[in-house]
Order: sequence, then C-alpha cells, then structure tokens
Amino acid sequence: MFSLMRRFKEVGVLAINRRNADYTLRYNRRALYPLVDDKLLTKQLAQANGIAVPELYGAIEVEGQVEHLPDIIRDRDGFVIKPAHGSGGEGILVVLGQMNDKFRKQDGRIITLDELDHHVFRLLSGLYSLGGQPDRALIEYRVEFNPVFDSISYQGVPDIRIIVFLGVPVMSMVRLPTRMSEGKANLHQGAIGAGIDIATGRTLAAVWGNEPVEQHPDTGRGLTGVQIPDWERLLELAARCHQLTGLGYQGVDIVLDKDKGPLVLELNARPGLNIQIANKAGLLPRLRKVEAEHEALKSTAERVAYAREQFAASAA
Amino acid sequence: MSKVHLYVLVAVLTLLGLGIFLYKAYVLNLPLSPRTPSEVWNVEASISFTAKGGPVKVSMYVPMSTRAYGLVDEHFISGGYGLVTVMQDGNRRATWSIRDAKGKQSLYYKAGMVRVRTKAPLQETERPKVEAPEMSEAALQAAKALIAEIKAKSADTPTMVAELIKRLNKAEPDENAKLLLGPQPTLKKKVQVAVNVLLVADIPARMVSGIRLESEKYEFSQKTPLLHWLEVHHKKQWLSFDPLRGKSPVPDDWLRWWRGSESLVHQEGGEQLRVVMSVSPRIEEGVVSAVRRGQIAEPLLLRFSLFSLPVKTQAVYRVLLLIPVGSLLLVFLRNIIGIRTFGTFMPVLIGLSFRETGLLWGALLFSVVVAMGLSVRFYLERLKLLVVPRLAAVLTVVILLMVGLSLITHLLGLHRGLSVALFPMVILTMTIERMSVVWEERGSTEALISGVGSLVTAALAFLVMNVKVVEHLVFVFPELLLVVLAITLLIGRYTGYRLADLYRFRALARS
Repeated sequence: MFSLMRRFKEVGVLAINRRNADYTLRYNRRALYPLVDDKLLTKQLAQANGIAVPELYGAIEVEGQVEHLPDIIRDRDGFVIKPAHGSGGEGILVVLGQMNDKFRKQDGRIITLDELDHHVFRLLSGLYSLGGQPDRALIEYRVEFNPVFDSISYQGVPDIRIIVFLGVPVMSMVRLPTRMSEGKANLHQGAIGAGIDIATGRTLAAVWGNEPVEQHPDTGRGLTGVQIPDWERLLELAARCHQLTGLGYQGVDIVLDKDKGPLVLELNARPGLNIQIANKAGLLPRLRKVEAEHEALKSTAERVAYAREQFAASAA
Repeated sequence: MSKVHLYVLVAVLTLLGLGIFLYKAYVLNLPLSPRTPSEVWNVEASISFTAKGGPVKVSMYVPMSTRAYGLVDEHFISGGYGLVTVMQDGNRRATWSIRDAKGKQSLYYKAGMVRVRTKAPLQETERPKVEAPEMSEAALQAAKALIAEIKAKSADTPTMVAELIKRLNKAEPDENAKLLLGPQPTLKKKVQVAVNVLLVADIPARMVSGIRLESEKYEFSQKTPLLHWLEVHHKKQWLSFDPLRGKSPVPDDWLRWWRGSESLVHQEGGEQLRVVMSVSPRIEEGVVSAVRRGQIAEPLLLRFSLFSLPVKTQAVYRVLLLIPVGSLLLVFLRNIIGIRTFGTFMPVLIGLSFRETGLLWGALLFSVVVAMGLSVRFYLERLKLLVVPRLAAVLTVVILLMVGLSLITHLLGLHRGLSVALFPMVILTMTIERMSVVWEERGSTEALISGVGSLVTAALAFLVMNVKVVEHLVFVFPELLLVVLAITLLIGRYTGYRLADLYRFRALARS
C-alpha cells in the first residue's frame, strides 16, 4: 500500500483531496461558480468576449416567455433546447429539422409545437436541474459534428476536455461515447477516454473503464494516433476561457463543428480526475510547473506555446 | 489561509480541550469511565407468576447494607398486595400477600446500593453452635474421609477451606468428592457440599447468595445470574470464600443478598414462578459523589457541568454530544478511506437511530424502506412530476411504508420491527431521492456502491457512538469535543491520497 502511494507520488497523481484543497478551493473563488454552473451565463459571457460557442438563438427564463418559442426557432433548420443547470446530458432535446409546425427529433420521432412547449415548461420547473431549483431554457445552434470522430464513436457527442490551469492548457482528452455509455460522453458511464498529446493534438492511449483499449469496442477502429484538426485554435480557445471566468482551475469542454470549427460547449469548475488515467500521466508535475512559471507568460499565444513545448507526451 | 494559522488553531483547541479534561479527571477526580468504582448501583428483581385464584403469598429475601455496600433507597411495586418486611436469622425478607388473585401477577423490587469503604475491622461474633447436617450414612462417611485427607494437608481453617474448594472443583474429583457432589454439580450444589463437609468437621459454615455488580457487562445484564459463596467462622470472624478459586475474601463487587441455603423466593398460591434479577449503574451519582468527594466546595467548572441540567435535557445532550464523534468518523471514512455515501451526515443520523433499533434490525429496516421507497420513486419518475410535489410524494410514501412495516412486524410478533418509527423520515426521503438521481445519472452500480457505503458508515458510526465509554466521556467531559474539532480541522487540510484513490488510479502506477 505504501509502495503504491510512493509510486503515485513519483507519477504525480492528483487525487480528490488535493484537487479540492490545493486547486479548486485556492484558485476558484466560490463567487465565480455561477458563471460556469449556469450555461446561459457562460454562453452570454463567451459571446460577449468573442469566444466561439454554439450560437444562442434565445433563452426562456420564465413560463410567460414560452409563447415566444416559435419566434426563437422560426426559420432555424435544427436547434437544441437545453437546461441552463442541467447535468449529465439530462433534458437536452435535439431537433434536426422542422416543417409545418412539426419537428423531427434526433431519434427520428416527429413532435408538435405543443410537445416542445411542454418540454420547456418541465425544464423551467427544475425537472432536470440537480437541486431542483427553477431553471432556464437555452435554445441554441445544433452542432454539425466534424466527421473526424465518426469512426471511433457510437452515436452521441464526442467532446474534447482540456484542463486549463492559470490560462495554460495542461492536459487533454477526447471522450468517445460507446454503446455501453448510451451515447453519453461520461467516462464512468462507459465512454472511452483517449488522452491527447498537448504538443501535437494526436490521440495517445485510451482507457475504457479502468483498462487500456486499442480499438473502439463498437466500431473496431484504432483509437491511437487520430489527429484532431484545428488543434492550435482549440488550445487557444481553451486558454482564453481563463480570462473569461477568472477560474484558475477549470475543465473546458469543446466540440468540433464541421463548418465553424471548435466551439466551447461548457466549462467545469470541478473537472474530473480520470483524465490522468487516459493520459497515463499525473497532473501534479504539470500543475506545479505552471504554478511556478505562469507569471512569465503574458499572452494567450505564449501560454499555448509554453504548453505545447512543456507538456508534449514522451515518446511512450 | 496559511497552514501555520491552522496548526496554531488546532494546537490551541487541543490544549484547551485536553487541559480542561485532565484537570477535571485528575484534579477534580471525575470518573474516566462508566465503571469507576464509586458508583451507585440499581439492583432489581422482578417476580412474575400466574395466580391460581385465592390467597397468594410471596416472600423474597431483599438485600441490606453490608460492609461493602450501603442500601440507599428501595422501592416495592406491587399493585394491591400487602407488604411486610421482617428481619429473620440475619436476613431481610419481604412478604407480599393478597387475599384473592388470579391470572398473571408481577411484583417488582428495586434498590439503590452505594459502595462504601469502611476501614472498620470485621465484627467479632461468638462461635456459633454447629448443628450436624442431614446426610445419608454414605455421604457422611465420604465427608469424613475427605476431611481426614484435607486436614492432613492444611495448617488451619482457612487453608483447609481452600484445599476443600480445590478438591471440589477438580475436573476429575476423587471418589469421595464425586459421591458428595453427584453428576454435573451446579455452583450452588458445590457450595452446599462445602458447607456440609465443614459442618461435619465441626467448623461453622454457611452459604451466602448474592449478585455480582458487574461493571463491564451491565449493558447486557438484562438477567444477572445468582452467585453463591461460602462463609466460614474463624477466630471470632466470618470469612468469605470464593467457591471456585478458594480465595478469601470474595471480590468487592459481590453483593450479598441473603445467607443460608433457602431459595430466594417462596411462593404459595401461584405457579410458573419466574424471577429475573438485573443490575445497572447510576453513572450520574458516580460523578456527583465525585463532586462531593472533592475537597473544595463545588468548583466553578463543575457548575457548568451538564449534570446541573434537568434530567430530560441531559438525556437529549447525551445523544447530541455523540454526533460530533460520529461526524469525525464520517470525515475519516470519506476523506481518508474514500468511502462514498449519500448526503454528508445522513449516515451519522441513521447510525444514531440504530441505537434505538439495534444494529441488525436497523440495517434491515433501513434497507427495506430505502429499497421500497426507491421502487416507488422510479414509478413516480415515469409520471414526470415537478420537483417539490415529487419530494412530498416520496415523503408520504416513506411514512406509509414505515406504518406498514410496523403493522406487519407487529402482527408477526417481531417487536423490534416497531422501532422503524424511530428513523428520521426526512433523511430517508432525501436518501431515496439522491439515490434515484445517482441511479439515473450514473448508473445502478454507482448508486449501489454509495448505498452500501452509507449503510456501512452508518453501522460503524453506530458502533462508535454506542460505546459506553465514548458516551460517558463526551457527556462528562464535553470539552473533549474541542479535540474532536481540532482533528476534524486537521483532516480538512489533508491533501494526501485516499485509500480508494489507490484503487481508482492503479493503472497510473503500472506504466
């Protein structure tokens, strides 16, 4: 047991006690949490600062505004309705197209405007928010996924998680849904996590559950060496989220749109720690290095360059 | 917040807590454990029998002040019975009588005995006349043979008694002893034989019966067995002998109830007689008497003692003060071991209610209520209810489940099942709600892991909070909670690995 602990220390595994005490509690002021916990606030903030996000078509904050829904979605080919305080993908309704007041959902079913209204009402009542407090509905652009992950994900939304510490991207992975995770990109629900080399944007080894995997279990395609397009832009986008929220330690979730490139989906003030398993590397050495040297880095470009130089995956 | 600040705070709290504690324990002599021998004991005897109809007379020996214990107070509870107590051959005997009784009867006796430490010498008494016991010729011969053997191996009466006891307790007693004892002799039989043998040898001896004021096990002493021992007259004094080890005198915690070989209760006019004796300490008076023993007038510190509160309020604090101890355990289990639980303090509160229900029943009832509540909650999920009405609905269902369980277990005759009513239902409701949310969002495995984690934590919290010493310490020395607080603060800054992390990140140790 103690030898295992020593080994962890050598690798620099960041575990939950230290993450909370030394990073989130120290670098993330509580007052800033609503900026990331409320997706509407995050989005408004991001749009105001020129950070690429799925475009916000409109928001519905109270029941009385539901009558405006048809105005918001008029002429939109596809759109997504999601709760501002949702978690785990609950309450997200994806519409692919509309005709004559009928809407085609992602699963192919056709629903009416009444049913859409009903979904929004339930969402506003807090049905999908964790604490059950009244919620708000976002209506936004439906992302057209870049086909790069098509061969290594099963339905759902593959997203790229980048841990950004004091403006420096320190570790990254792509989360690939599987049949087991039912299209969700959560590692503990059975999604695959593949570490990404910060320097090159190529996927490294991948883990499924706690075990390494070579191929995607549903598609059979190899998971390593996949090049993520627009990697530099992606890193910049993530790095800029630090100034956006003021949170020192955060997880930035990014999706790749076919036409619009990387878009920030959401931010997380308490990003999970499994990213270390996907990267086969501990976070602590990287965090300590950034802690010691971040003051010398003045611009986003410098921070990204620093990250690509310092945190390249060893030739493992 | 720097670490130095924290360490200073922790040191101050610890010193303050331990300082007051040590002062109270060693200067004011407050008892450190519930079994400090300055206690007052409650001894109780309850007699139950079925009266046949007609006059009933029940007499029972009752204890009196002895050299080691003083009788402080006593209560006789006996609806409708007339009661007299008389002295009889150096014993006290209470007699209940009634002209006409039928059906189940119960009589109850309770006394408070306080330990006294006299240095006065044993009272001197004249050597009583020895009356030969009634024995068969064979037994008499065996006794005489035995006496001849032990006399040869002893110098005086005490050594002779010790030798006799040794022979009677041998795993394979010799022929003479075997004949006297008969097959598988009880303790009482052994004492009786020893008395008879000594009487044959012309040494005054008698049987004494009583109970042991057991301190370690009092919690379980629903039934305290009767003890029997031996008194032998030697050099104008009655000496007591332990009938198993042969030691004299018998231990201090043996309370004499009566002398002689009569049985404890005599009863006429009834049947199915049952006598249950039990012992429990009165801790409070132990502390109070410690205050009295304090050389000075009541010090200021003790005026702030919880014992100055009304008894009912004391009972509340007895429980409340345990919660920080349970919480400390929870903090340890969560932040150092890494057990996952639902709700931060739910397991502690559930553990607290286990004190009323008992561990096994508590765990069983908890699991049943949560499992059934969960299935109802899953059904409600399909109705897509709004949050507050849904919670209210689950709460209603939980209460109905508790009522149902009480009724069913009552009908089945399982009385412990009734204690389900003692569970905090709001806590149960929140547990069910959170468990179902985790179940939906993170899958059944996660939900079950946290569920089992909660139950295990509750059980451990119960085991810690149920330790009498712990309860005693935090109640008599509430300043120890400052130390608990200090440890909690320290764990609050523990940034090392949890035990569970070692498993979670084990893949990282391989590369």
